[in-house]
Amino acid sequence: MSDQNSPEVVIDVQQVFKSFKQVKAVRGIDLQVYQGQFLALLGPNGAGKTTLVEMIEGIQKPDSGRIFIHGKSWKGNEESLHRLIGISLQETRFIDKLTVAETLRLFASFYQLPARRIEEIIELAGLQEKRKSYVVNLSGGQRQRLALGIALLNQPKILLLDEPTTGLDPTARRDIWQILLNLHESRQTSLILTTHYMEEAEQLCDFIVLIDKGKIISQGTLNQLLAQDKEVKNIEFSLEGNLSNFNISQIQKDIQMDWDEKSGKGILYIKSIENQLPNFISTLRANNISLKNIECRRPTLNDLFLSLTGRELHDA
Amino acid sequence: MTRNTLEHHLPQLIIAHFKEIIREPGVIFWGIVFPILMALGLGIAFTKKPDLVRTVAIIENNVKSGGGDSAVTDLIKPFTDQFTLSRNEEGELSLKIPDEQLGNMTYIFTPKSWNEATILLKRGQINLILENKGGQLYYHFDPMNPEAQLLYLKLSQIHGGKLIQTDLSRSQIEPLTVTGTRYIDFLIPGLIAMGVMMSCMWGLSYGIIDKRSKKLLRRMIATPMRKSNFLISLITVRLGMNIIESLLLFLFAYMFFDISIQGDLIALLIVFIAGNVAFSGIAIFISSRTANNEIGNGLINAVVLPMMVLSGIFFSYHNFPDWAISVIDKLPLTLLADHIRGIFIEGSGIPEILLPSVILSAIGIGFFSIGLKIFRWY
Repeated sequence: MSDQNSPEVVIDVQQVFKSFKQVKAVRGIDLQVYQGQFLALLGPNGAGKTTLVEMIEGIQKPDSGRIFIHGKSWKGNEESLHRLIGISLQETRFIDKLTVAETLRLFASFYQLPARRIEEIIELAGLQEKRKSYVVNLSGGQRQRLALGIALLNQPKILLLDEPTTGLDPTARRDIWQILLNLHESRQTSLILTTHYMEEAEQLCDFIVLIDKGKIISQGTLNQLLAQDKEVKNIEFSLEGNLSNFNISQIQKDIQMDWDEKSGKGILYIKSIENQLPNFISTLRANNISLKNIECRRPTLNDLFLSLTGRELHDA
Repeated sequence: MTRNTLEHHLPQLIIAHFKEIIREPGVIFWGIVFPILMALGLGIAFTKKPDLVRTVAIIENNVKSGGGDSAVTDLIKPFTDQFTLSRNEEGELSLKIPDEQLGNMTYIFTPKSWNEATILLKRGQINLILENKGGQLYYHFDPMNPEAQLLYLKLSQIHGGKLIQTDLSRSQIEPLTVTGTRYIDFLIPGLIAMGVMMSCMWGLSYGIIDKRSKKLLRRMIATPMRKSNFLISLITVRLGMNIIESLLLFLFAYMFFDISIQGDLIALLIVFIAGNVAFSGIAIFISSRTANNEIGNGLINAVVLPMMVLSGIFFSYHNFPDWAISVIDKLPLTLLADHIRGIFIEGSGIPEILLPSVILSAIGIGFFSIGLKIFRWY
């Protein structure tokens, strides 16, 4: 276990394709996940994230390509691979009229775990006060924590989480993040997490794969990804003055920008501050418009996605 | 020391599914209270008969007022001294003829116009119209309706000055009220069989479809759980619930209607379990693919409704045409109901139920195997 210099590949996805009737969901994906690595599959809805994860989970079979988990393919190894993996599906619902503790006990019995593991998970998921509540009476956040707790019951080497915080409020989302960050510290578990929240990928994962229309469009650490887009600076601004007579297209002809006339706010995408910004300011001055605020913003994954695809991450 | 691990998962699955069922209050009502209420209602309606009342519409033609019911008064004249005759405010005449053995009979003669009378006939409130055309009596009724035919016979006898009444001088009537020959004796075994079918079909099929649509099946098989254990636990819990439900229904019928089991108890257990196997297998098959509750409803109804109507649960299926009976008596519910009934009231034993039990089990195992093969876990 002291092979720090060359971490082991725990998940190896090779040239995987998958189609459903008319839809080509996954179109040739290669992916490696290393021991202890937290990897995010980030992309908009319908990008093929869930299909890819379900193939890794063994729920779907690829049309072509191969998937190895700890060097084993699913065929003939279901029993041993199920013991290695913990999963949380998108929107799983458990048995309504079982309590939290009973639900954990049931799943623990599938792995023949000691009864004390149930207590550990209840504590880890922060469900001590809900242990005797029926699952049906839990809030969305509590239900997701239970799903995560069940995924962690068998101390999985590999954790696969499909949109674990979709639909949760910010506090509930942070509770889930905290559990995962604690897990990350131990470096015992590798994680694949699908999400369309860039903050989630940024906060939790040390490797991010941007995926769109069934293909990987970019991948790397957060810094590597953002460095790709270095030549474009994002400059946010807000304007004051008689905006109704102001013709914004005078600016748009030489600078790429987003503009919201109602709020008087916009973003400039500028390659050269020295050359382009002075023109912008002089155009404003000529129209008697004053600049209320201007700041250079750090680029985000959404900006990168936008520059690669022309669409935003949150576009459905 | 490491023996503190949880036992094998099959018992845990059984416990979980059992808790899931008994924590749903509706289950207690529909599984236990409702069949008992049905037995009570039907048992009372068909076993403890009150006096028989038959209403006859009277139509008077060409008769001046005053002699309003001349036809009726003519008809019943010979008996007015013998029996109580009364007239209510609406001008209806009623004649009560007591009969200890066949049950008391009351005829109510209600004067109506032709239109009113035909409406009552169409609604099934009367079966016969008596019309007086210039002193001549005409009977209007559907000769295919046995109830109407019997009423016609009785009335025409009265018209002839005779009564159809128990005549002890010529022959003896021995009313069958002993246990085993009443309607309730016929009904209870049928209700037990129907309970098994309903509970398996709705409980199992619906439960599986629901768990599939909630993605719970998909989640459970992403663990080392054995797939067959999941289905076996559902079937085991259902069998347990069916035993409890049937015992309570029997206990009620035993206390309230004095029902008894005349045949072999072991035979009863065998055929009961075979019935559970049959319907559990069918239920697994029915629910093996769909994740849509409405399609599930349709499929379950398509299986359950024809058997409920045809299999002789409430009334004997022997009135159906012969060709139909040859199909009906092979339906799983018919097999189960007939043989439970055979044990209850005909005193059947193991030899009589062996073949049907084998057939029922084979049906169940067959459907279960196909169902498991095509089963969609996600």
